[in-house]
Amino acid sequence: MLGKIIVSLACACASLTAGAAPYIPASGAQVLERLPGGLDPARRELQGLRTALAANPHNLDLATRLAQRYIEQSRRDGDPRYLGYAQAALAPWWNQPQAPSSVMVLRATLRQSTHQFAPALTDLEAVLKRDSGNSQAWLTRATVQLITGDFAGARSSCMRLYSRAPELVVQACLANVGNVSGQAAASYERLRQTYIARADSPPALRAWVATLLGEMAARLGRPDAAEAHFREALAFDAEDSYLLGAWSDFLLDRGRAPEVITLLKDKTQADALLLRYAIALKNAGRPEAAGATAELAARFDAAMRRRDSVHQREQARFELALRGDAAAAVRLAKLNWAVQKEPADLRILAQTAAASKDPEARAIVQAWLASSRIEDATIASTVASLGSKA
Amino acid sequence: MMARCLFLMALLFACALPAQAHKASDSYLSLNVQNERIDGQWDIALRDLEMAVGLDANNDAAITWDEVRARHEAIAAYALARLKLSSGGEACPLHVTQHLVDTHTDGAYAVLRLQGACPQPVTTLNVDYNLLFDIDPQHKGLLRLTHGAATTAAIFAPDARRQDLQVAAPSRWRQFSDYVRHGVWHIWIGFDHILFLVSLLLPAVLVRHEGRWQGRDTLRASVIDVLKIVTAFTLAHSLTLTLAALGALSLPSRLVESAIAASVVLAALNNLWPLVHRWRALVAFAFGLIHGFGFASVLADLGLPQGALVLSLVGFNVGVELGQLAIVAAFLPLAYALRRGLFYRRVVLAGGSALIALIAMVWLAERALDLKLLA
Repeated sequence: MLGKIIVSLACACASLTAGAAPYIPASGAQVLERLPGGLDPARRELQGLRTALAANPHNLDLATRLAQRYIEQSRRDGDPRYLGYAQAALAPWWNQPQAPSSVMVLRATLRQSTHQFAPALTDLEAVLKRDSGNSQAWLTRATVQLITGDFAGARSSCMRLYSRAPELVVQACLANVGNVSGQAAASYERLRQTYIARADSPPALRAWVATLLGEMAARLGRPDAAEAHFREALAFDAEDSYLLGAWSDFLLDRGRAPEVITLLKDKTQADALLLRYAIALKNAGRPEAAGATAELAARFDAAMRRRDSVHQREQARFELALRGDAAAAVRLAKLNWAVQKEPADLRILAQTAAASKDPEARAIVQAWLASSRIEDATIASTVASLGSKA
Repeated sequence: MMARCLFLMALLFACALPAQAHKASDSYLSLNVQNERIDGQWDIALRDLEMAVGLDANNDAAITWDEVRARHEAIAAYALARLKLSSGGEACPLHVTQHLVDTHTDGAYAVLRLQGACPQPVTTLNVDYNLLFDIDPQHKGLLRLTHGAATTAAIFAPDARRQDLQVAAPSRWRQFSDYVRHGVWHIWIGFDHILFLVSLLLPAVLVRHEGRWQGRDTLRASVIDVLKIVTAFTLAHSLTLTLAALGALSLPSRLVESAIAASVVLAALNNLWPLVHRWRALVAFAFGLIHGFGFASVLADLGLPQGALVLSLVGFNVGVELGQLAIVAAFLPLAYALRRGLFYRRVVLAGGSALIALIAMVWLAERALDLKLLA
C-alpha cells in the first residue's frame, strides 16, 4: 500500500514537470518550434541524403554517408536525436554480427555514445581482425579505451595509426593519452609543436586540436596559454558545443562567471551548456539562477523518466554546485566513475568526495591519482583538502 | 577525399568526449481506463512529427500553428496506426477528439486527446506501440496508465514494443466464478473422483435384504442415502482440501494418487462382495479425506491469488460440489427407474462395479509403481 502511494507520488511529481497545460495557440502564425539547423545548408543537405536513402535503403555508401553526417551534426549541436537518425540509416545492417566494416565502425561510435563500451570494442576488434589497416577503427578504439581508463591499450591503438593517419591526428591521439597518464607536459609540448608545424591541416581538425591544447594547458596550470588556445579554437568555430563547455569551465575556474553568462545566454538548448550557464548565474549572484536551475532539474527528470544514465557526470555536478546535495552528488559521481574515467569524471568525483566526506569516493580518487599519475592543476586544491591517504 | 577522411576522424574522436545532449526523443502517453472506456492524451514532439509526416510546409525551419493545423489529419492517422490497444484478444479502437500543443523540456509537442472503448471491461490492457522506431531507434514511448487511484508506468522501446498491463485485479465475483469453473472442470475430467462417487451411489437405490439386493420402496429413501454419502464425501474432502491449500497439511502426491485409486477399487469391490452397506457414508467420509488432497494438488497448480485466498478456495469447493451434484442429478432418476429389474443388479451394479474395479486397479498399479499401462 505504501509502495503504491510512493509510486503515485512519484508519478504526480513527474507529471508536474512534464508540461503545464496543453493549449490551443492564439494565432495561426504563432511559431511553435524552430527546427535545429535553421536555414543552414547542412539541413538541406541532410534532407537530400535522407530522401535519396529512402528511395534506396540498402545502398551501403549512401547509408554510411548519412550516418556519418548525422553523427557529426549530433556532436556539433549536442543533440542526441541525430544519433537515433544515424542508427536508423544503418537499419538494414544494424543487427548483423558481421556487418560491413564501415557500418561496424559507425555502430561502435553510436554504441559508445550511449556508454555501451564493451559492445563497441567488440565491433571494433571484429573490424580490425578483418582489416588491421582500418585507421578509423584504431582511432575509435583508442578513444573508447581512453574513456574507460585503459591507457596502455589506448596508447598501443594510437601507435597503430603511424603512417596510416596524418601526423597531427596521431599526435593528438597519443597526447590525449600521455596527458592523463604521467606525461602531461611532454605530451602537451609535442602536440603544440605538431599543431604549429601542420598549419595546413583542415580547419575542423585544427579547431579540435586547439581545444585539446587548451584543456591540457589548463590542467598543467598555464592559464594564459590555455586561454590563447581556446580563443584560437573559437575563431575556427564559435558554435561547437564541446568547445563552449570546455571554455566555460575554464572561465568558471578563474571566477569569470559574467563572461560565461554572456557566452551561453542563447545556447542553453544543450543540457551541458545550460548547466554551465546556471552555475555562472549562481556564482555571479544573479536572480535568474533559480529559474535556470529549475529548468535543468526538469531536464534531468525527463532523462530519468526514460531511464537514461548517460548524463550522470553532469547530474552529479548539478546536485553539488546548484542543489548543494553532496550525498546525491557523490552517489552519482561514483556511478559515473564506474563507467568512464576521463579527467572531468575524476574532477567531479574528487569534488563530491571532498564535499560529502565519503570515504569510498576519497579512496577511489587517491588510488587513481597514484596509479594513473595524472597531473591536474584544476583539482589540486580539492585533492589537497581530501587529506593524505588514510 | 583525404581531407574528408581526416575530417571524419577528427569528429569521431571528439565525439567520444562527453555527451552534451539534452534528452533523446520521447513521446508521453497517458491512458485512463474506466471499465471498457479509455481516455487518453498523447504528446508527440513536433520535431519528430516533422521527420515522420512533414510539418514545415514553407520550408523556413519554423513550425507555426497553422502548419501544424493543416496536418492534423495526417498526424492523427500516423499516430493511431502505430498504437494498438486491445483487451482479451479484442481490439479497442481509438480516435482523436482534440488537437492541442504543449511544451516539454526539449521543445514543443503536439497533444492528441484520445478516446476509445474495448468490447469488455478491461482487466489487462495489451499495448502495442510502434511510433517512430523506424525513424529513430532511440525513441521511447513513456506510458502512464491510470485506473481509479492506481497508476502504472511503462516504457516502450524497439526491444519492448508490446506490453501487457494489468489494469486492475479482476472483480471479486469474477475471481470467485473463475474458481467455481475450475472446480467443475476438475470433477468433469477427474475420472477417479467420478468413479469413486458412482461406486458409492450404485447401491443407493437398492437395499440389502437377507444377503440379496432389492430395490428400495421409495425415492425418498434413495435420496436420503445419496444425500448422506455425498454430504460425507463433501465434508471430508473440503476439510483436507482447505488444510492442504492453506499449507497446514501435505502428503506426497504419489501416495495420494495411489490411495485415491485404491479407494475406487475398494468402493467397487464392496458392491460385488458387500462388507459395508449401511455405513457407506462413513466410507465416503474416510476416503473423501484422501480425495481432498487430490483436489488440493490441482489447486496448487492453478495457484491461489494472495488477495482472495479464501474466496477462491470456497469457489473451487463450490465448483467441485456443483460437478458432483450434476453427476447425482443424472444418475439418480435413471437408477431409480431401473432399480427393480435384473438388468440393474446384474449388469449395472455387478458389471459396472467390476469394470470400475478393474480400471482402478490399473490406475493403482500405474500410480504406485510409476508405470504407464493405459494410454
